[in-house]
Amino acid sequence: MHEWALAEAVALALSRYAKQAGIGRLKRLVLGLGELQAVDREVFELALGESLKLHGLEVESYELVTEEALFECRACGFSWGLGDLALSDEVREAIHFLPEAAYAYVRCPRCGSPDFSVARGRGIRILGVVH
Amino acid sequence: MRLPADPRLEAVSERLREVGEVIVFASSKGGVGKTLLSVTASLLLSRRGVGVGLLDLDITNPTAHLVLGVDPARVGPVEERGLVPPEVSGVRFMSPTFFTQGRAAPLRGEYVSSAIREVLSITRWVGVDALVVDTPPGMSDELLELLTYAGRFRAMVVSTPSVLALESAARLSEVLGSRVEALVLNMCSEGEPSSRRPEGLGERVPVYALPYDGEVEEAVGDPRRLLSTRFSREVDRQVVGHIAGLLGSRRPRPTATSTMSPP
Repeated sequence: MHEWALAEAVALALSRYAKQAGIGRLKRLVLGLGELQAVDREVFELALGESLKLHGLEVESYELVTEEALFECRACGFSWGLGDLALSDEVREAIHFLPEAAYAYVRCPRCGSPDFSVARGRGIRILGVVH
Repeated sequence: MRLPADPRLEAVSERLREVGEVIVFASSKGGVGKTLLSVTASLLLSRRGVGVGLLDLDITNPTAHLVLGVDPARVGPVEERGLVPPEVSGVRFMSPTFFTQGRAAPLRGEYVSSAIREVLSITRWVGVDALVVDTPPGMSDELLELLTYAGRFRAMVVSTPSVLALESAARLSEVLGSRVEALVLNMCSEGEPSSRRPEGLGERVPVYALPYDGEVEEAVGDPRRLLSTRFSREVDRQVVGHIAGLLGSRRPRPTATSTMSPP
């Protein structure tokens, strides 16, 4: 599954961070999962656990926070969410793999402009760690 | 300690480390034939027995699939702890068109960067000794992402013999510095001096001259026909010969367990 690659990236980044901070474990980890990427949480959690183990980093507890996607039109200022769009399963899958693919399928619902920003909820973010 | 700004960046370096050589075809002018050249070089390298990957890094306007005759509605990457690119005519091929399905995807720079990071961090270049990267024209986000995060790579600067293109090639070479492996002058007419060397291009950098070949346009979408053109023979003799030399001189690629592919 593609979630393995995403989890691996997080584990790599955290292990580098831990190494630089001179620590081998994190008390708490908070990750944001962007709604646009539609990560399978179950697979991602499994992959994250294994990847962290592989990189020798212990995490006592973690929290996955879903971040709702928010689009903002640069042309007319309108903002909208993923739920406002009627996207086929094929398109959702394409966006799952590459969230920027949204620009091939989404236009501003009010003015039709292709020039919009993804203000939040794109992909995976490390929101916080406690060590 | 600051938290990692983007968790994908570590993965980008790691994925590219798994590849033997990264060969970037770049130019600061459009229409010089980068895509045809990178696709042809990839096919020829594969024919020489090299494990080749081809990445179309033109996020907003990918066209390498057209040269290969790939229909993105029928061919695509496979999910396997990441995405494994499909093999097309012996080349592992990855393109944004697999996700945009040939539609226009107008992106501002920050989203181009983000898309590049995503593609580079999730693509698994299984069995690839040489990764050929076809870049869009210019010295913008695509090039800067590679310069900043791809680590070591080698650049083939592509130009035509036109004065404007050569001036642009000189500027690009200045930015790329020691990464420049060669200057490739494409679409040269008969008798065009291959010694045209823009000012500032290092003396050690060879200049290759490829002929203008009207047959190439007819061969778009048909790799076998493309490989039978005079253009292809010259690409093989000059450009691919150079790349094969690089591959021959490097140490063997580690094939042991990869940190990106847990068992």
